[in-house]
Amino acid sequence: MGYRCVVLVKQVPDTKRITGKAMNDDGTVNRAALPAIFNPEDLNALELALQVRERYGGHVTVITMGPPAACEVLRDALYRGADRTILVTDRRGAGSDTLATSHILSCAVRHQGEFDLVICGRQAIDGDTAQVGPQCAEKLGIPQITYVEAGVELKDRTIRARRNLGHGWEVVRTRLPVLLTVTAEANTPRPPAAKRMMKYHRARSPVEVQREVEQDMPQAEEDAKRTEVEKRCEELRRRGLLLEQWDLDDIGADLAWCGLKGSPTKVHRIQTIVLTGRGYERVEPTDEGIAGMIHALIEDHTIG
Amino acid sequence: MIEPNPQGEVWVFGEQEDGHLSEVPLELMSRARKLADGLGVNVGSLLLGHRVEPLAEQLIGYGADRVYLVDDPLLAVYQTNSYAKVICRMIRKYRPQILLYGATILGRDLAPRCASACRCGLTADCTDLEIGDHHDSVAKADYRNLLLQIRPAFGGNIIATIVNTRRWPQMATVREGVMPLEPPDRNRRGTIIREPADLVPTDLPLEILERHRRPKQVNLKAARVIVAGGAGVGSKDNFRLIQDLANALGAAVAGSRAAVDAGFIGRDHQVGQTGTTVRPALYIACGISGAVQHRAGMDQSAKIIAINTDPEAPIFQIAHYGLVGDLNVVIPKMIKAIKARS
Repeated sequence: MGYRCVVLVKQVPDTKRITGKAMNDDGTVNRAALPAIFNPEDLNALELALQVRERYGGHVTVITMGPPAACEVLRDALYRGADRTILVTDRRGAGSDTLATSHILSCAVRHQGEFDLVICGRQAIDGDTAQVGPQCAEKLGIPQITYVEAGVELKDRTIRARRNLGHGWEVVRTRLPVLLTVTAEANTPRPPAAKRMMKYHRARSPVEVQREVEQDMPQAEEDAKRTEVEKRCEELRRRGLLLEQWDLDDIGADLAWCGLKGSPTKVHRIQTIVLTGRGYERVEPTDEGIAGMIHALIEDHTIG
Repeated sequence: MIEPNPQGEVWVFGEQEDGHLSEVPLELMSRARKLADGLGVNVGSLLLGHRVEPLAEQLIGYGADRVYLVDDPLLAVYQTNSYAKVICRMIRKYRPQILLYGATILGRDLAPRCASACRCGLTADCTDLEIGDHHDSVAKADYRNLLLQIRPAFGGNIIATIVNTRRWPQMATVREGVMPLEPPDRNRRGTIIREPADLVPTDLPLEILERHRRPKQVNLKAARVIVAGGAGVGSKDNFRLIQDLANALGAAVAGSRAAVDAGFIGRDHQVGQTGTTVRPALYIACGISGAVQHRAGMDQSAKIIAINTDPEAPIFQIAHYGLVGDLNVVIPKMIKAIKARS
């Protein structure tokens, strides 16, 4: 039968690996020092799409919204088995909160064509909001099944899935199209395939080609650079290695709902956590030291 | 879009299941009361379900001036579209200025759908809420009496205060245990306003085929003493040390998010911003670095003991007793010392 899956993915700073090296001397975070990774639960989302295609046939399109560096996750998606990848990139999208992001992504989903399933990771490790998936579903006017942890079954135009309720689980059924958000428990993402890496590591988006031409021919005339960019893009397209790239006009986004000014929520203040000692009682990890601490805790009735 | 209404009420979504209110709306009600008193407005609670009218009195006792009750067989079991449709209709009719939800799985499924439909702002997992003023330097405008939505961000390394200047209601979700639960006032009076659901079958696209409750393995919020293990414990097998120390103290066992993600212990035991918030008399953090997101879940503990090989670990910033050492050595010594005293 074949199902058309669209997977929404995000490149995020690796917030789980903030070590001393990522901290500046004044105790603030050095963002530039953080490696960028494929948001972990988006890998689970992609894996689900690939499993659906393996089981039932169909097509997997991966979309990401971000700066040009986000092309890394699109290549990664190709290495793992995606059929088509799209970068939505536009400076006017900068500063988007979840509402603005969901507006942009839902326009992109519509623009890429028909779909049966939109699949997202439950949440991204930088924002941790879990809002973009459900907000996209609302804008696309489709039902959502969040916290999918297992048991996705498709039959004709219906889908069944098991979702986590926190204190339990439920199995739901609905008609396509639908949006799913997927947790880390749902599956184990397959690794990149060596053959696909060999083929796709040369894949580039137009903006990356522009940067490469700029580096290769910095002294050339603008016209010459432009011609070179077109030539290289055409060559990549011919070989199936051109990552699609859209801006907000391409996808028909309403600029009033994009970027900072399209975002209802704004940052009022940021306080970086500058760690200062408050002073603790240092206990030596010896029998004597520990016995003393236990004695004190019993004396003040903290422990029985 | 809904016109901002500075006379609007402060609302709390009264999450309930099978005729029982969850704890989090009751915790939120106490905070909503304070916010509303500061603004000089009423507190409202949204109560959706079937045969749930008895819960309205409970919500009033915890601080609601008005309970907006939508009681209908089609609302007996939660699903996103039906609940979101009713809530959005209520928002358009009554124009609250603030709407708070618990950041439960249900709340995180429902709130963004409502925010999108109402085209308003939503901030997830707030650790604090206040009323304050905001100056927008770009628009050169001043806003007074906004909801300041405070939460850790960027892996917990910053505390961000978020505001929503004009795409109201200002929506926020708050995790269970973050706001303290105040005792109810059984003599409080309030009004119940009954509204029809006005739902049609297409508002319920999901069929719920099966539903199961997994009994909660542990009640961390009620524990007087908690022993928690982090990534430093090293393995699921080694978590036995945490259990042994907990047994010696009659304590509950907990884990940091890192320990849970690594499979050392189940998610029911997770303490932190994305787990449970606890306030025990004693919290023993073993091999836990103490990232802000973990600290947010336990820094109100009366006494904290930190055990870590890294003297720079942030956990020591909030510890009362700190042991710079290997938990594999320290924990057995602690167990020995405890047994010697009993």
